[in-house]
Amino acid sequence: MELEKFSYDNGIVRKFAFATVLWGLVGMLVGILIATQLFAPALNFNIPFLTFGRIRPLHTNAVIFAFVGNAIFMGIYYSLQRLCKARMFSDLFSSIHFWGWQLIIVSAAITLPLGFTTSKEYAELEWPIDIAIALVWIAFGINMFGTILKRREKHMYVAIWFYIATWVTVTVLHVVNSIEIPVSFLKSYPIYAGVQDALVQWWYGHNAVAFFLTTPFLGLMYYYLPKAANRPVYSYKLSIVHFWTLIFIYIWAGPHHLLYSALPDWAQSLGTVFSIMLIAPSWGGMINGLLTLRGAWDRVRENPILKFMVVAITAYGMATFEGPMLSLKNVNAIAHFTDWIISHVHIGALGWNGFLTFGILYWLIPKLWKTELYSKKLANFHFWIGTLGIVFYASSMYWSGITQSLMWKQFTPLGTLQYPNFLETVLQIVPMYIIRMIGGSLYFVGVIVMAYNLIKTTRQGAFQKDEAAEAPPLVKFEDPFKKGLRHRWLEGKPIYFLFLALVAILIGGIIEFVPTFLIKSNIPTIASVKPYTPLELQGRDIYIREACNSCHSQLVRPFRSETERYGEYSKAGEYVYDHPFLWGSKRTGPDLHRVGGKYPNFWHYLHMENPSSMSPGSIMPSYPWLLTNDLDVSNTEKKIKVMRSIGVPYPDGYEEIALQDLHAQAEEITLDLQKSGAPAESDKEIIALIAYLQRLGKDIKAKNYSTNK
Amino acid sequence: MFKDYLQSIEGVEVYAIISMIIFITFFIGIIIWLFKVDKQYIKKMRELPLEKDSSMNFGEVHYKNPDKKN
Repeated sequence: MELEKFSYDNGIVRKFAFATVLWGLVGMLVGILIATQLFAPALNFNIPFLTFGRIRPLHTNAVIFAFVGNAIFMGIYYSLQRLCKARMFSDLFSSIHFWGWQLIIVSAAITLPLGFTTSKEYAELEWPIDIAIALVWIAFGINMFGTILKRREKHMYVAIWFYIATWVTVTVLHVVNSIEIPVSFLKSYPIYAGVQDALVQWWYGHNAVAFFLTTPFLGLMYYYLPKAANRPVYSYKLSIVHFWTLIFIYIWAGPHHLLYSALPDWAQSLGTVFSIMLIAPSWGGMINGLLTLRGAWDRVRENPILKFMVVAITAYGMATFEGPMLSLKNVNAIAHFTDWIISHVHIGALGWNGFLTFGILYWLIPKLWKTELYSKKLANFHFWIGTLGIVFYASSMYWSGITQSLMWKQFTPLGTLQYPNFLETVLQIVPMYIIRMIGGSLYFVGVIVMAYNLIKTTRQGAFQKDEAAEAPPLVKFEDPFKKGLRHRWLEGKPIYFLFLALVAILIGGIIEFVPTFLIKSNIPTIASVKPYTPLELQGRDIYIREACNSCHSQLVRPFRSETERYGEYSKAGEYVYDHPFLWGSKRTGPDLHRVGGKYPNFWHYLHMENPSSMSPGSIMPSYPWLLTNDLDVSNTEKKIKVMRSIGVPYPDGYEEIALQDLHAQAEEITLDLQKSGAPAESDKEIIALIAYLQRLGKDIKAKNYSTNK
Repeated sequence: MFKDYLQSIEGVEVYAIISMIIFITFFIGIIIWLFKVDKQYIKKMRELPLEKDSSMNFGEVHYKNPDKKN
């Protein structure tokens, strides 16, 4: 048969590889900065753009979408071409994908420190960027499916299934979680409120981990591990079972992020059950990876690439065992809101994603430049310092998480809290924060060494942008294999495959969502819960801008240790006007859901100016700009209108008198502050923030509140 | 507590049962398929990423007589 000549596009792989290393360095550096701020809060230099709340999402977004994202695209663009025996569908789309993605990263790096955020974790970017993400993602999809359609290899290797599942699911997740109504160019409100918003967000958040940090990397593992080890994957059959069960089960497990919350109990239980079931496919993947090296373990001792991959797969195994354990309610009761979770995600990010990426880079760069790695010694150094970094990081965070959680829950023999002052539990773990920063820095040093090593490698090699290849064209022929036709038929039809994968993930989503959305009684309304006043609404948006929810939850769980510390546990009906919900996922500071009325206005005024003046030793940064910034009220009318359009019952025409109400309430608070001796002015942002904080959790304190089921 | 919400949904158990049935059916289907599938196909797929010579990997000629494979 005549062979067709074509070339592989290595240029695009090189671009993504470069971006991976660059953004990896940036994302990790920001991580070290915020880790340091947690024991040295003055390192925000009283500059809004450098404050923890604003740059913490910069760190997570940079690592997830810039570092890991570019690594995924690098790995896919190289392997997909080889597995399909075809050049990428369109060089133009490859370019659009690459430059579009980098542009999105840059716009995130600008808007997040400026305080433009939706407050939803791993989906903080505002609506114009959301649209850009969708467009670039579609360009990537067209490019990928175009390549698959014009392939010269009839059957799709399992790695490609993982790529397809990734693309389909991320598309669905992104669209569903980003439905928001714009107020202005960089401000919007989600159409969901409270409990529903929380459910959608954590369905998204959980599956972003599943389908952005897990499935594409499993695909990469199935390609690059056999390549690096030069032996086929241990069991191809296992990879098939593992693929379908993984995408089927993962999609259901989101509610385990909301255990003991105001989410309906049945949804919580569903999340737990599916999380436990997830161990099976996850470990199927891990075992398949590790057993691929059976009989070749002697090579692991010498080959840094295999070392990285083995630790990556082991970290994957640990994280995917720990995850289901954390979904058990009794474990979750201890771990949730603490540093334990931070440790858990970093085992995944530093171990699984980071180390697999490094392994691939060490394999790929010499390949692309047709040379040997510059220094094996440096790669080994990177491996050991990186591993040491992970150990320091993880052990300190486990220690700190468990310590703090037990302190929160400790009662005296008389039945009162042993540590009623939250700050005491924070000061106890500050040494662990220092160790964590050291661990992160060690890891970072390793990455710098890798960057140097890779650059040196490229210098000694010769890069070939288009790599010549040849393969026979794909012609229709009789399937040579006798049995088990249907699944292979499916593999011959990528579009059907796409559709089936979509159905698999949609079933989970729909069964989770429909009841919560359609059955009103799922969220009992509470008659005394009223919409926010215009000033409170503005204050809430400042709370969102400063990302207070990065460190403070608004969710009192139904434990005695929490109701003693914070007050009445949180009810679903209290959040019905919260667009977006602000439950938070980490308590670096205390819960704020019942903070309303707990302190006088003056306390908040001084506390925001300098937290340690009210709580000596506090690790909260200062927010002096809130006292001097003028409150922007120009969009009040629009905000009220948008809120009404998504179901908040402001009376008709209220927007016209909203400003009057706003000023009246601001005057009241200002007068009170002035009486206490604060040089407060009524048109500053601090007034709105105080109004919001004082409102929090107060509605149900009204006497004789009634639930309407 | 939250049991109030749980009990307020009529027939809430049905969601868990439906989900279980869908999943188990699908899982069994995959297992049955794996028992029936052609071993040569699995062998070919396993080795797909490792194939060095692109002219050697085309299914028809190469695999119709799998015995001749070294």
